[in-house]
Amino acid sequence: MKVSTRFLEIIGAWMLAIIWVLPLLYALWTAFHPGEFATRFSLTAPLTLENFRNAWAAAPFARYFLNTTILVTLILVAQFIVCTPAAFAFARMEFAGRNVVFAIMLMQLMIMPDVLLVGNYRSMAKLGLVDTILAIALPYLGSAFGIFLLRQTFLTVPQQLDDAARLEGCTLLGRLWRVYVPLARPTYIAYGLVSVSYHWNNFLWPLVITNSVNTRPLTVGLSIFASTDQGIDWSIITAATLMTSAPLLVAFLLFQRQFVQSFMRAGIR
Amino acid sequence: MRKESLQAWLLLLPALVLLVAFTHWPAATTIIDSFYTTPKGSRPPRFVGIENYADLMTDPVFWTALRNNAIYAVWTIPASVILALVMALAVNTAMPGRALVRMAYFTPTMLPMIAVANIWLFFYTPDYGLFDHILSWFGGGRHNWLGDRATALPAMIAVAVWKEAGFFMIFYLAALQAMPPDLKECAALEGSSRWNFFRRVTIPLLMPTTLFVLVNAVINAFRLVDHVVVMTRGGPDNATTLLLYYIYEAGFRFWDQALAATLTVVLLGLLGLLAWLQFGVLGKRVHYR
Repeated sequence: MKVSTRFLEIIGAWMLAIIWVLPLLYALWTAFHPGEFATRFSLTAPLTLENFRNAWAAAPFARYFLNTTILVTLILVAQFIVCTPAAFAFARMEFAGRNVVFAIMLMQLMIMPDVLLVGNYRSMAKLGLVDTILAIALPYLGSAFGIFLLRQTFLTVPQQLDDAARLEGCTLLGRLWRVYVPLARPTYIAYGLVSVSYHWNNFLWPLVITNSVNTRPLTVGLSIFASTDQGIDWSIITAATLMTSAPLLVAFLLFQRQFVQSFMRAGIR
Repeated sequence: MRKESLQAWLLLLPALVLLVAFTHWPAATTIIDSFYTTPKGSRPPRFVGIENYADLMTDPVFWTALRNNAIYAVWTIPASVILALVMALAVNTAMPGRALVRMAYFTPTMLPMIAVANIWLFFYTPDYGLFDHILSWFGGGRHNWLGDRATALPAMIAVAVWKEAGFFMIFYLAALQAMPPDLKECAALEGSSRWNFFRRVTIPLLMPTTLFVLVNAVINAFRLVDHVVVMTRGGPDNATTLLLYYIYEAGFRFWDQALAATLTVVLLGLLGLLAWLQFGVLGKRVHYR
């Protein structure tokens, strides 16, 4: 390979990278500088946190942060509790109708709850759950993706370990808890990261099912904040935008390797 | 054996109940609702057969939404998948600042679509926005990117591609790193050109990954409408109305249950058809290792 083509390729890769981060850099510039510099670049522009202070004061972001944290935690814990035994049953137990039930479950991979807004809203109305954090979470708790991912992992656990535990007198749930769950730890971390980032960012269903400050997650709160009475103060809107994305973004930058490997693990197979 | 069956069903029960209650059940009720009128006040829903579907056929907004979604899918899917492959090939080789470049590609994935939409909304603003700024250096004039029927949908497509390409890159990168290095040595010994190697070895070996990425890209093309809600609300004149956005409008802005249910059934049918195409037709031609 000629040196010059290689050189051009590297330049190309860098150009693409610069185009890709430019929007974010621009957002950072706008958020950390006074409004009059939002669209004007100057090396002497003073840095400020004023935009963040204004945004924080203009809407109940603290409450939105709390709501999203509760939501994400609730979904994660419930998904683990619900999907683990189901995945184990599919991986290591014989029962009539296994393949049929497995196929029925996998249908959710293509038809996700996100598309079924109308039907799910009616169910929540009947259950009296409209405008609750539980209602945002419920459609996602029985996750076909989670069950499938854990099943694939459980299938790789050596049968001898299972047999050994059984000989020691370990019960079914004991084996699941002591043998399978510890060995599947990387998968749990991977699935956890995917789940948290998905639900931290989820928008349409929460928008539909919530209508008060006490239940709204960050994404919905941000969209309301940005669309009402802020005029076009881009500095404040951008500051709010960065603020709401910050926890996930900072976590990603700190634990980049784990994130990337987790997304890979969740996708491959 | 009967005891094991019982135990298995007990283990499955919570997941199965939740799954059926919030995926299969709403799908079923939506299909039923699509044959009834919207209940109004004290008037209960009335069975009307396929009338709702007949109405849909003459609804110009439905056809616009379908057309927009098709255009949106036809551009975002190949663009984000090809860019993802290019990105993966780029960061799979040794080069200065590789980690930084990889991070640059992947970071948009971590942002909520809502945040992405807010940032891009600013770029598209006439006069002040980044795009008009850049154009003005080249003597270009003011352009209302999101207010112009011709540029509104392409503007949404750009946002989606920017957000998704880095995500798909990860999967290609994983597949590239799993490729045995002796393949490359063999090809070098045989005197095969790089392009030839890429076309004859890399691409076929990446097919399972491509299928996986495609499935996700297709789903996202129909599932992700957050940016439409924030940036254009389907406008101008429905130029950016996608199917799911139209469902949202019908169901929660016009409160027209019959229309929303009928639209949902059409979308479900479409997703089912695409799933069948991908796994039934494309899946057979993929070589798994």
